[in-house]
Amino acid sequence: MTPEEEAEFKRRRTSRNYVVAGVLIFFVLLFYAITIVRIGGGS
Amino acid sequence: MASTASQTGTAMPAQWRDFFTLTKPRVMTLVIFTAVCGLLAAPGTIHPVLGFTAILAIAMGAGGSAVLNQWWEADLDAGMKRTRNRPLPGGRMRREDARDFGIFLSAASVVLMGLAVGWLAAALLLVAIIYYAVIYTMWLKPRTPQNIVIGGGAGAFPPLIAWVAVSGELTAMPILLFAIIFMWTPPHFWALALFVEADYAKVGIPMMPVVAGEKSTRRQIWWYTVLLAPVAIAPWYIGGTSWIYGMTAVTLSGLFLWLAWPVVGRLAAPEDDKMLPEKRLFKFSIAYLFALFAALVVDRLAAYQGWIA
Repeated sequence: MTPEEEAEFKRRRTSRNYVVAGVLIFFVLLFYAITIVRIGGGS
Repeated sequence: MASTASQTGTAMPAQWRDFFTLTKPRVMTLVIFTAVCGLLAAPGTIHPVLGFTAILAIAMGAGGSAVLNQWWEADLDAGMKRTRNRPLPGGRMRREDARDFGIFLSAASVVLMGLAVGWLAAALLLVAIIYYAVIYTMWLKPRTPQNIVIGGGAGAFPPLIAWVAVSGELTAMPILLFAIIFMWTPPHFWALALFVEADYAKVGIPMMPVVAGEKSTRRQIWWYTVLLAPVAIAPWYIGGTSWIYGMTAVTLSGLFLWLAWPVVGRLAAPEDDKMLPEKRLFKFSIAYLFALFAALVVDRLAAYQGWIA
């Protein structure tokens, strides 16, 4: 792997990790909200 | 099958944007729109958080089955100009990654719908995913020129599922919404197929213009449009909506027939035909569906507010 390829590799991995982190945080919040609504008898 | 990574010698990870592209975001806008309409038009109420979750689950299911569709058809897509730059034929992603992503997204959407909203809606979502990814993509699409009619069934599920997510039961109205999109898809897609015809023949997908010829396709566009009109008007006829939807459906269906007629009555010139009536019909068909569903929502919201009978 050339240095340029390695930089690109790291850039892709980093941006993917950020997206996965964002999706996970989103689902944690969503499941929290769903739980509150369903336990609260909101449905 | 050799992965792209091993062919090029470097194991470059796919970009997250390619995963996103694989879910067909543009198709998803129509899925989300019709699902939101189903959600709003259904009788009863749903907590906004759960309503949002239902739409999200439907979008995830649509995305997951789109991914599985492209995983299965990567070789075909590589042979067509319109699709050869998709992430898989473009060599930007490993096929196994696409398959796993599609399965995960599909399974997650069904579980999410079941846990948050209800298991009837979740079961229908599962049926829709299997219908599109397996029955349509793997089984019938390569085997019959009626593939578009069958594929239209997959696109017809979102408003049905969203309606059931609210009402919790399968009644005539959500089934009619399903039937409307089902009947709408063939004239919509075949109008498109008439002016992008060439490619499907190359990869062996039996699209109607390729198999049955242009003349027969044009005739079938007409007959599906004729069938669509009474189905679109039926929600009003059975008393599921008021005149607001009814009059819109009558007007829009009349326009659809009026624009379909010139498409039926002509044959493309051998050279350099601009295909204007076909392009016009295709564009109108998209507006038709948006306007019809918007009218349904306006109609139902007005009724629930007590503004009309």
